[in-house]
Formats: sequence, C-alpha cells, structure tokens
Amino acid sequence: MSGAEPIAHSGRRHFLIGVGVVAGGLAAGSLLRPYLVGGREPSAPKEFKPHAFLRISADDTVTVIIGKSEMGQGVHTGLPMILAEELDFDPQRLKVEFAPVDPVFNHPFLPAQFTGGSMSVMTTYEALRNVGATARAMLVSAAAARWEVDPETLITDDGRVIDVTGRELRYGELVDAAAGMPVPAKEAIRLKDRNEFRYIGKPQKRLDGPAKVTGQAIFGIDVQLPDLLTAVVARPRVFGATLKSFDASRAKAVPGVVAVKEVPSGIAVIAEHTWAALKGREALLVEWDESAGRGISTQSLREQWRELSEKPGLVGKNTGDAEGAFAAARRRIEVEYELPYLAHACMEPMNGVAHVTDGGCELWLPTQSQSQDARLVAAALGMDPGRVILHTTFLGGGFGRRASANSDFAVEAALVARGVGRPVKVVWTREDDTRGGFYRPFNISRVRAGIGADGMPTACAITLVGKPVLANTAMGKLAVTPEGLDPSSVEGAADMPYAIPNLRVESHQTNEVIPNLWWRSVGHSITGFVVNGMIDELANLAGKDPYAYRRALLVEKPRHLAVLDAAAELAGWGQPLPAGHHLGIALQESFGSIVAQVAEVSVRDREVRVHRVSCAVDCGLAVNPNQVVAQMESGIIYGLSAALTGEITIKDGATVQGNFDSYPVLRMTAAPKIDVRIVSSNGPIGGIGEPGTPPIAPAVCNAIHAATGRRIRKLPISASLA
Amino acid sequence: MISLKVNGVQHQIDADPEMPLLWALRDLLKLTGTKYGCGIAQCGACTVHLDGQPIRSCMTPVSAVGTAEIRTIEGLSGKAATHAVQRAWLELDVVQCGYCQSGQLMSAAALIEQNASPSDSDIDAAMNGNLCRCGTYPRIRAAVKRAAEIKRGGDGA
Repeated sequence: MSGAEPIAHSGRRHFLIGVGVVAGGLAAGSLLRPYLVGGREPSAPKEFKPHAFLRISADDTVTVIIGKSEMGQGVHTGLPMILAEELDFDPQRLKVEFAPVDPVFNHPFLPAQFTGGSMSVMTTYEALRNVGATARAMLVSAAAARWEVDPETLITDDGRVIDVTGRELRYGELVDAAAGMPVPAKEAIRLKDRNEFRYIGKPQKRLDGPAKVTGQAIFGIDVQLPDLLTAVVARPRVFGATLKSFDASRAKAVPGVVAVKEVPSGIAVIAEHTWAALKGREALLVEWDESAGRGISTQSLREQWRELSEKPGLVGKNTGDAEGAFAAARRRIEVEYELPYLAHACMEPMNGVAHVTDGGCELWLPTQSQSQDARLVAAALGMDPGRVILHTTFLGGGFGRRASANSDFAVEAALVARGVGRPVKVVWTREDDTRGGFYRPFNISRVRAGIGADGMPTACAITLVGKPVLANTAMGKLAVTPEGLDPSSVEGAADMPYAIPNLRVESHQTNEVIPNLWWRSVGHSITGFVVNGMIDELANLAGKDPYAYRRALLVEKPRHLAVLDAAAELAGWGQPLPAGHHLGIALQESFGSIVAQVAEVSVRDREVRVHRVSCAVDCGLAVNPNQVVAQMESGIIYGLSAALTGEITIKDGATVQGNFDSYPVLRMTAAPKIDVRIVSSNGPIGGIGEPGTPPIAPAVCNAIHAATGRRIRKLPISASLA
Repeated sequence: MISLKVNGVQHQIDADPEMPLLWALRDLLKLTGTKYGCGIAQCGACTVHLDGQPIRSCMTPVSAVGTAEIRTIEGLSGKAATHAVQRAWLELDVVQCGYCQSGQLMSAAALIEQNASPSDSDIDAAMNGNLCRCGTYPRIRAAVKRAAEIKRGGDGA
C-alpha cells in the first residue's frame, strides 16, 4: 500500500516554499518564525518530529528539511536520499522543505549556514544518516511495543514496519507512539553498510523536477507578497566611484514610481512594478565622481602583474631545489599564462526581497550564505540579529556569486526597503549583474619548468599573481597563513598530484579595487589551467604522448591513475579519430574528487569546435550517480564557456561587458557531446558541484595544440586565436 | 486598458503600451514561470508562445500583442507536467537550477509542434537562443527528441 502514491505526482507537491505561509504571517503584522527548530521539541499532535531535519505525519507524509541551498547541484534530492536510506523510505515520496536560518543547519566546521565549496554531501552525510536511523529505530520501538514483540525481530521497508508474521504498520500509524519513545543513544544506532544501501548509489530522479518544468518553482525574483514594490538601483559604472549628485524629479514623474532614494550602492528607484522602476531609472540624472577608476584597466594590471611575476612572492610550496634543478635541466620552458576576470552570470540575476518594519526585517533571498546575510542585514539596519528572518528560495544558479563577501544583494535589499513601509523586491538587470563585480580573479602566472635526460620533469617553479579569494571573505580569513598567504591562491598547484621532484609555488596577492569572489572551483579554475598546460608543454618538449606522460607522473597515485585511464579509454585515446579531430587531456583533483577529461577538438580557420568530452570522476561515494553525471556535464559546459569566450575586461575602472551580447556564454550549437564515467572507489566522500570545471579549459587547449601546434596560454581561446 | 488573452483566460491590464509582455505577465498577472534573464532577447528565458510561435516576451511590447493568444509555461499543462516536453524533461532529468527551463520548454514545445522529428541541427537551430548556465544542453537535445517521440505516440523507452 505504501507505493500507492504515483511517483509522477510526488515531487511536485513536495516543494512547499515557506513564502505563502509567511506572507500570511506578515500581513498579520507578525514577525514570528514560521516554526521553531533546533534540537528536539514537543511534537504537534499526529506528527513525529525527531529532529529539525525530519517530520513524519499521520498521513505518511515524510518531510525532510534541508538547510543547503538548491542552486541546481541537486542537494534537494541527494541530501534527502541520505536520510531516506536509513529511514527506509522511498526518496521519490519525500517532501522537501527549505529550512529556516538556525544554527542546527550550520556547516559543521564553518559557524554559519552556508552552501559552497562542494561540501554539502560530505558535511551532512553522517548527520542525515543518524537522523534517519534514529527515527527508524523509534518507529520500530513503537511498533514492537504495540505488538509486544522484540524490536530485533522487526524489519522496515519503504515506510512500513513489518514483523515475522507479515503484519505491517505504516510509519504514519506510529507517529504518536514513536514520539513518546526514548531517543536511542547514538552508539545504539546501527547504520547500514554500503552494500546494504537501497537508494544511495542508485540513480534517483530530481525531486524538484516537476516544480521546475511547470514554472511552479519559486526563485527569489518570483517572490510575491501583498503590497510588494519593485526597485532597481542606478549604480556607478566605475568601481570605487562615489555619488556627486542626483536629480530625481523626472524619475518621480514616471507613472508607477513610488520613491527614489540614495543607498550605499547607488540610487534606488522604487515602483509599483519592474517596468516603472526601469523607466524611472532611465529618467534619473546622476553624477558620479569616477576618479577612483582612473588608470585602472586590464592592460595596466597586466603590466604591473607581469613585473610582480618575476619577483619572489609568498611561498606556497617548496620541495627540493626548484631553482637549482631548473638551472641544471636538460631542456626548459619559461612561459606566462594569463586568465581573465570572469563574471558568474547566473541565469537569475541578483535580487532580493526585504520588508523592514519597526519590529524587524523579513527577507526572501536566493542565497548561498544565510547566516552572514542575516547578520550583515541586522548590522546595516542597526537591528538585533534576532529580529531578522530570512527565507531561502530556489537559486537560479549560484556558482559562488550568491555568497559574496559582504552579502551585497541582501544588504542592499534591506537598505532599499528601510522606511518604505511595504516589502520591496530589488531586481538587478543583466547589465547590473555583469558589471557588479565579484569576479573570478584576473591572473598572471609565470611558469619555469625543466626536464631531465629521460624527458621527465625535474623542476617546476610557478609564480601566480592575482587577488586572493578566501582572504576577502569573512569565513575564508581563517584560512590565511600567518605570512599572509591565502591558500586558495595556490590550491591545485602547491598540491598538484603530478610527481615533480623539485617544486616551488609562489603567490603575489594583489589588492586592486575590482571586487573578486569564488567562482565555480575557486583557485582550481586558474591552477588547473596552468598546471595541466605546463605538463602538456613538458610532454611535448620530451616528445612524449601527453597521456602516457601523465601516467608516468601519477604512477604512485592509483586513484588518479584509474581516473586518467578511464577518461582516456572512454575517449578512445590512441584510436583513429575522424579527420581533423584531435584529443587533449587534463586531470585535476579538487574538493576531494578527482576528475580527468579528454576533449575531442577540431580547429578550422581559427574556429575551435569541441565535438566531444570524455570525463571520468572519482568522488569516493556517488550518492546520486545521476546528479554526479549531471554535475560533470554542468561543470564542463560552464568551464568550456569560460575557456572559449569568457572575459571581463576593465577599462577606466569600469567593466566593459554588460549583457550576453558582450559577455557571450556557451549556446546549444557549441555544446559538445559529453560522456561521463564514475570510477568507483572506497575513498572519502568528495564534492561534485565544482570539480568538473577545472580540467576542461586545459583539455581543450591541449587538444588545440595537438591540432595546430599552437599553445594557448591566455584565455579566453577566442581572444588568443583572434 | 489593454486586453491580453493568456492561457485561455482574458485579462484587462492597466499598463504602459511599451511595457514588455514579460513584465505584464510577471508583475501584473503574477505568472512568474516566465523568467527575466537579459531584457534584450539574448537568453530566451522569457520565451512564450504568441499564437503558437515562440517569442521573446522581454522585447515584445504589450501593445503589440493585439488579439493573439499567449501561452506561458503555466499554460502547457498547469501543474500536471503532462505535456510531451515536460514528460521528456522529467524522464531525462534535464533540470538543474531550473531558471532557464520555462523558456527552454516553450521553445521545445513550439519546435515539436512544427517538426515531428527534429534532427540535431533542427534542435540546435531552434534552441540556440535559449541559454542555460547549468549546462543542461546535452540533456535538452536528448529530451527534445524524446518529446517528439512521445508526441508522435511512441511512449516506449
């Protein structure tokens, strides 16, 4: 009977965003939390709430409350699956609810509710299993008491407790009794062995699929509230610019415009709807002092950083004697790599909804960084943090942008809404979003490397120059070394898996005014390109096959070797290819997972065509293999888009690009065929949202070299080949 | 007042004739399934049907709609997800963040309405105006073919 609910209808009803409920509360002037969370609490009648993560109702509804933000990476499916595994309940019948902001949903080692760093599964896996197993044990105890049998004789199966005679009780029938059972000690709970898993490790359809194919999923920009206003902000084009003056008279005359006000980020035009706000902003006269941007351009930074790259920097790694070995090398390369600033370009532009009253502030945000947003909004409003309530919506992409160092879009929404008396949705236009900063850092890297008589690397010295990422975020500051080195500046290079006897990695940490931020895969999107390019150059210098060369350098690393081999095999490395097609290979370990990719490329008249990408991944445990494959596809397309055409350039302190016409992203016609193989291992759980991105740019550029003899050391490829 | 027929329902809206249909749908009619992505017909997130033809609602003034019938993602099958493209999308688990998918589905629905067996190049041509930053393109390509198959009556795997 438990399987009676048709699967095709299940996911849809399962995504109840709190907005409707809360909107009602708001209209009544209440700023109470929609429900209390945090540890055990007295259960409502006919409900079993063993933990803040889980509710089971008498009607057999099982609701999992997820504190991680769903931005496409599949946490609203993968995390519930983990709990459902131990609870013994078909994940497709689960209801998933967005968690409120509460310490119980905090990251285990960052004191905040935060989604990023590809850490969601690895950091919640044990807790979710324990909650599921504990709830199951209490349901079993309740059934054992009812039947007066030994709980050890009972089994569970998809929402039912079953005894040796075949009698069954549904979980819903046991909620009252289970709520009265003692909570078993953690030591008394037996978790399943991996070989007992029914759901984990088997492909599971996304639970948010139905909501997202019917237009029902609510993103931040979709939030509707009674009396909601919409605002856009006139922002300075130049980073660091300050307001000189503005004249709002024409803007205020636009029908539908309600108010125009200055906020720290610019001049907000608040209106009855988006169109009026946009027309009002067009009519606004603003004068900025743009002197801060004078002389700042990509070109000026390039020149400064080139100089820096030749000077000693902070040491991120020093093994052996790289200088001596470089001088003694049989053959050498000394080359410069360059990677541009990149915007995240989430499909849903930045936005935020805030309602500020005397009693507090209520926020609806597509955010990756709930705790910081709430804290910084409270600080900006001079309000007790306990008076800020934040509701998380679906995120139309994140890629790191929705966890900015200063909670920019959240604080801005609150400051725009302050004093308005009605809730206000601040919408960023595409141009606002692209020009708003928080870019993947611009990087120049000097690479000096040499090979010995056998052709194998003897020395490698890399000096990376660019603005550090973690050092500019509240959470990441903790990671900066006493010497001032941000580990994200050298990650993926200092710990490269390739065996190089004499390795030195240095970093110059710049501090230009252009705001930067983690961008899908953080430092690895830079170091993956530099290191894998360098290895290919050395293989070429040695006259060796780049795949075989990498094999020799990974011989002590069986997991890496297995991934490399799987990607090469999938691609048919060494087999005949269609005329004009060439292969390039790259491997990067990041966020605890190892990914290798082979790109099959042709180049005609400077036009690069990526036909196929073969990808292998070892992420330790693939909770939902379907989403592991999806995230590899996603990371590849995202990285390929950047590699081919992604470039933010700065001129006179302002971003040159604006919309998708000037900041082109990959389209359907350029999307390669992608094959993914998951390489099984018993390694620790790795991340999956980011590791697919770093290898693709070097794999493609290595293939371009194979095709043309031309080495691309500067991204994007379109600019290098122009 | 401007008259708009959306998903079979007639609406009277009080709007600037220049207001793009996108904002009329989202802000005035509260049909938020249609998304804003660029405002200049570069991304396709705002795709709706105008008398069956896919158009970019962000560049279509409400005054230009006239008596044409508008169909949005909410009008494909309501909440049922039973339209061939929706069924194919769910079967192949296409969505990730999902933000672009309303536009993708509307472009795909129009394509299979006009072309019962779209080839890869037909799909590329019809879907090239719809951006996806999650990289669901390979699955979209497969799902459009599957949707065409479902529509032709071939429900088998």
